[in-house]
Amino acid sequence: MQLKTTSAMLYLDGISVSFDGFKALNELSFVIEPGEMRAIIGPNGAGKTTMMDVITGKTRPDNGEVYFGQGTYDLSKLDETEIAELGIGRKFQKPTVFDMHTVEDNLLLALKNDRSVRAALFWEDSSAQQTRINQILDVIRLGSARARVAGSLSHGQKQWLEIGMLLAQEPRLLLVDEPVAGMTDAETMQTAELLKEINRDKTVIVVEHDMAFVRELGVKVTCLHEGSVLAEGSIDQVSADARVVEVYLGR
Amino acid sequence: MGAFPLTRLLDRSSAVFMILLAAFAVVIPTLNLLAPASSGLHVSTYLVALFGKYICYAMLALSIDLIWGYAGILSLGHGAFFALGGYAMGMYLMRQIGTRGVYANPILPDFMVFLNWQELPVYWYGFNHFAYAALMIFLAPGLLAFVFGWFAFRSRVTGVYLSIITQAMTYALMLGFFRNNFGFGGNNGLTDFKDILGFNVQAETTRNALLVVSCVALAICFLICRAVVTSKFGKVLVAIRDAETRTRFLGYRVEAYKLFVFTLSACMAGVAGALYVPQVGIINPSEFAPGNSIEAVIWVAVGGRGTLTGAVLGAFVVNYAKTFFTTGWLAPYWLFVLGGLFIAVTLLLPRGIVGTYEWWRARRAERQVVPIAAQAPHAAE
Repeated sequence: MQLKTTSAMLYLDGISVSFDGFKALNELSFVIEPGEMRAIIGPNGAGKTTMMDVITGKTRPDNGEVYFGQGTYDLSKLDETEIAELGIGRKFQKPTVFDMHTVEDNLLLALKNDRSVRAALFWEDSSAQQTRINQILDVIRLGSARARVAGSLSHGQKQWLEIGMLLAQEPRLLLVDEPVAGMTDAETMQTAELLKEINRDKTVIVVEHDMAFVRELGVKVTCLHEGSVLAEGSIDQVSADARVVEVYLGR
Repeated sequence: MGAFPLTRLLDRSSAVFMILLAAFAVVIPTLNLLAPASSGLHVSTYLVALFGKYICYAMLALSIDLIWGYAGILSLGHGAFFALGGYAMGMYLMRQIGTRGVYANPILPDFMVFLNWQELPVYWYGFNHFAYAALMIFLAPGLLAFVFGWFAFRSRVTGVYLSIITQAMTYALMLGFFRNNFGFGGNNGLTDFKDILGFNVQAETTRNALLVVSCVALAICFLICRAVVTSKFGKVLVAIRDAETRTRFLGYRVEAYKLFVFTLSACMAGVAGALYVPQVGIINPSEFAPGNSIEAVIWVAVGGRGTLTGAVLGAFVVNYAKTFFTTGWLAPYWLFVLGGLFIAVTLLLPRGIVGTYEWWRARRAERQVVPIAAQAPHAAE
C-alpha cells in the first residue's frame, strides 16, 4: 500500500533533526529515483552522516517525512533491523568489518538470507552460497584473501570488503559513506569503477569529499550545507555555483 | 539436526577434552570402588564428591563462557541460575525425605512444620515427582533468564550496565531466599537429604553415579556449546561481540540472538546447580551471593574465554587451588590469592591458559605457511 504518492526510491521531505539545540538537519528535502546514483557533497557538519542515520533508522527525525520504495514504507517508524530487511544497506565512514572473522565469513554473514535465530542455528553450507561469495570476491578483488582474518586487511581492502558485504545483502538501495577516504589514487579510481558496476542494477547514494572521485562517477550531485540542500545538478554546475564555492572555500 | 558433521563439532582440542572427560568418568569411580583402601591407587569417597563438585562448577563456567566468550555478555549473576537449578533439585530431595524427617510429617518438610505452616505452598506441588523437578531445573532458571534478558536486551543494556544489573538480580534473589516466609527454608536452606530416585545420597555408589552423571551432563553441555558456536549462529554471536551496531545494520535481530544464548546458558547453569546439590548435600541462599558469580567469571578468565575447554580447565585449576588453600593454614589468605590470580591473568595472560596455547599454536602454524602465502598478494594486485 502506498503511504505517499511518489515514484521515488527514496523520498525525504522537510527533515529536521537537532541535537541539544544544534540543527544537524534543517528542512532537508530531496528524492532519489530508482536506478539512480547520487553523490552527496558538503563541508564538515553539513549533515551528511545525520542524513544517513535518519534513512537507516539510527536517528529519528524531529520533523519531516522519509519514504522508501515508491512511498510504500515510512522509514521514520521502523528500526535499524527492519530497515535493513527492506533492502537498504549502509557502508560506514570508518570501515567496520568483523575483524575476528575471515573475509569469507564476513561475506557469509552479510549474504541475503533468513536472519532468524532458527535459521542461523540450523544453517548449512551450500554450493549456491559459495558461488555467490565467489562472485562477490571477484567483484571486490579479494579472491586471494578469502581465508584471511579481516582484521589483517589493509585499509583499502577493508573498504572493498565492506562494499562486498553491502552487495551480499542484495539491497535495493546502497548508502556509501566516504568510500575512498584514505585510499591511494589508483584505489580511488578502482572504487569508482566498482560503484559504477554496482549501479547497473542498484540505486546508490555516495557521500564523498573527494572531488576527483565524484567527477569520475559522473552522476548528479547534491551539495548540503548546514542541514539543507544548497545546490543540485551535474558536478560542473554545482562546482560553478557561487554559494558552493563560498561554503567550501570560506568567506 | 540431520547430517551434522562430527568434524565440525570436534576439533582437535575438543576431541582431546572429550577423551579426557570420558577417562575421568571411568577411572575415578573405578579407583574408588575397586581399588582396596590400603592401595596407593585408591581414590577416597571425599575426593569423588569433591571432583563431582568441580565438574558442576565446570558446567557453570562453560555456560558463562558461552555468553561471555562468544557473545560478549558479561553476566555477574550467573550464580543465580545455578542456585535456582539447585533449589529445584533441593525441593525434590526434601520431599523425598517424607516421614524420616525430625517431625515425621509425610508432606511438609521440617522447616515448614517448625514455622507452623499447615499446608504445602502451591509452588512446592509436584516436586515429589522427579520428572517435574527435572523440568523445573530447566524451566526456573530458563524463565528468569528469558524475562530478564527480554527486558535488558530489548532496551539495549550492554557492557558494564548489564553486568551491574545481573549482580543486582542475584543479590535481590539472595535477600528473598533468606526470608523464612519465602518458603525455601530461609537462611538454613534445604538440607538433610536422604535419597535420590530411591538411592541413598550418602552411599558410595550413589556418589560415584552422581559423578558419572555429572560428567555425562558436562559432555552434553559441551557438545551443545560446540554445536552453537560452530554454527552460523556462533559466527553471528562473535560479530555481535565485536561490532554490535554493524551486526544490527546487517539485519540481524541482535536482541533475539542474545536472548536465545542467554536463556540456553541459564538452563545449563541450572543443570549444573541441580547436580551440585545432591553431591554437597545442601543448598542455601549463600549460593546467590554476588561473590560466587564473580568467582565463576574468574575461572573462565583464567582458563581462557571463548575457548570452552578453557572454561572447564579454569574451573578445575582455580577450585583445586581453592581447596588446597582453604584447607590449611593459608585459609585466611585465599581471597588475596584469588584477587592476585585475577590481576595476574588479566595483566600477564589476557587470553587465559587455553587461549594463550591456541594463539601460540596458530602463530607457529602461520609462520610455517608464510612461504606459500607470500605469493598470494601479487595475484591480488
